[in-house]
Amino acid sequence: MASLRGLVPDTTPTPAVLQISAWRRLKDQMATAFAVSTVVIVLTPLVAIFGYLVFKGIGSVNLAFLTQIPKPPGEVGGGMANAIGGSILILAIASLLGVPLGIGAGIYLAEYGRNRFGDTIRFVSDVLNGVPSIVIGIVAYAIVVLRQKHFSALAGGVALSIMMVPTITRTTEEMLLLVPNVLREAAYGLGVSRWRTTLSIVLRTATSGIITGVMLAFARVAGETAPLLFTAFGNQYWNWKLYQPTAALPLQIFTYAISPYDDWHRQAWAGALVLIVLIVSAVSAVRYVVRRGTLGGVA
Amino acid sequence: MANHALPQPRLKGPQPVVGQEVKKRLNPLVKSSDGVYADRVFGWLILACALVVLGILALIVWQLLERSQPSWHAFGWKFFGAQDWDPVNDQYGALPFIYGTLVSSLLSLIIAIPLAVGVAVFTTEMCPKWLRGPLSFTTELLAAIPSVIYGLWAIFVLVPILRNYVQPFLAKTLGWTGLFSGPPYGIGMLAAGIILAIMIIPIISSITREVLSVVPQHQREAALALGATRWEMIRIAVLRNARAGIVGGVILGLGRALGETMAVTMVIGNRPEIAKSLFAPGYTMASVLANEFSEAAGDLYLSALVEIGLALFLVTIIVNALARFMVWSVTRGQPARARA
Repeated sequence: MASLRGLVPDTTPTPAVLQISAWRRLKDQMATAFAVSTVVIVLTPLVAIFGYLVFKGIGSVNLAFLTQIPKPPGEVGGGMANAIGGSILILAIASLLGVPLGIGAGIYLAEYGRNRFGDTIRFVSDVLNGVPSIVIGIVAYAIVVLRQKHFSALAGGVALSIMMVPTITRTTEEMLLLVPNVLREAAYGLGVSRWRTTLSIVLRTATSGIITGVMLAFARVAGETAPLLFTAFGNQYWNWKLYQPTAALPLQIFTYAISPYDDWHRQAWAGALVLIVLIVSAVSAVRYVVRRGTLGGVA
Repeated sequence: MANHALPQPRLKGPQPVVGQEVKKRLNPLVKSSDGVYADRVFGWLILACALVVLGILALIVWQLLERSQPSWHAFGWKFFGAQDWDPVNDQYGALPFIYGTLVSSLLSLIIAIPLAVGVAVFTTEMCPKWLRGPLSFTTELLAAIPSVIYGLWAIFVLVPILRNYVQPFLAKTLGWTGLFSGPPYGIGMLAAGIILAIMIIPIISSITREVLSVVPQHQREAALALGATRWEMIRIAVLRNARAGIVGGVILGLGRALGETMAVTMVIGNRPEIAKSLFAPGYTMASVLANEFSEAAGDLYLSALVEIGLALFLVTIIVNALARFMVWSVTRGQPARARA
């Protein structure tokens, strides 16, 4: 094309149809203005939420808040230490149950599931992902609480683990599929058995991606309140027992937010700040890990 | 691998048996215990994990069906058409909750769709490259905020703003429609719709962004070459091609809005009534479960609540399946990407 430039004189005037009328230009500018304003409108609540969290929360997060248990209703002071502990307990149970299960199902889908049964599992885990969390709470209530006759940390953990499984399954599958087949073939060629190939080579290569999936699932359930309402139920005191009602940070925030006491409102903000700091640091840690990890470029 | 090429270890003590050394070095992953059996056991174990996923869904369906039996026998289809919710006299009708769920979700969609699509169009088509990453990260951040924190913010920030500024203004200008009348409490259907919209915007906009980014570049170039302005290019080449996917994203957002519990419970007012005005308090299926389930005394009461849960479950599944199908119809053939 470059050689033609000198030979053919460019004498064609811009055709009238290609000239942009003022009206069309105005419409174009209006569309741009609209798009920019939507961004501003959407970012406003985000900034407002974070602003309020920090502004209202930071003054209330103090040593008492982090080390004491709640005072009786209406009394000033006390903290959410037991709720933070309870959340850790419930999340630990949920992770113990949900993470191996999700990774296992993900391995199945990636390594064995290229068939109709695999498609079924894939569809089912997508469906599970969309089940409202409160419905999962009902199921955990029916299978754990009704059987034990009382609310418990275990029931809360079971509910949250059900919510973790589909996310972990699908991300694990996606990450394993990114591992080049050459690696598998090389391992088989060296006489390594299939299970060892899967665990020591494929899974190992995709570790950082899988951790991302696990952390995303973790971040998602860490703030869940609805499924804990009638499983973990909440508790005014410390509890480390599996079979006893347990406080949880999101539950406590909810209870305090709808209470009529000013001091509890203050503590609800503080609890929310602690919760969001936990979640955002988990998600950011994940981004950091992924960027440095083996699959960072692909994922 | 040529063994003699390996550097010979200089060992002072007795030399190890050569055969073992070579075997170890050649392939540390091969062990005599590795056999067909280990492979088979591993296969079964992994299959069991996959089956548990299937089992969880079966368990959910089975429990919901079984526990809602008493209510189903007592009321039948009438349950979904009756308006009275009266635990004292054991009379249960789910209509006010169904109405509340539908109205709050639709309201949120009306608010969220233009905003979410606008943000997606801006990020994929208009914004400078350096801004793209931070912008999508921030919208993702909106999705990471727990629902209870949205609720907290809504109670103490959004509701007072609505009560003091927005609702009086709406009543004055649009009060004649009947949708914006009555005392401005702040809490109510309008607050629920707005907070839901804020919560589903990230979902809709991230799916829309994904769908817009798979529209082939040459479509854009063709439109621009024909003399289209940028907006005309977006309208003709991008949005039209991505229509089905955008609708899919919107339906996915709807699925989330239908099942959303905490934030709505905190601001909707929790009164099982059907009112035309959006200022009036309402109730949704999810929030009646959140408020009453742990206190429900009596089998029929509990069973009626489980039946609401069952209905919610079925509706969200249908909505989600529809959405996934529509998104898939646009993005198929594209490499799978991690949903972050």
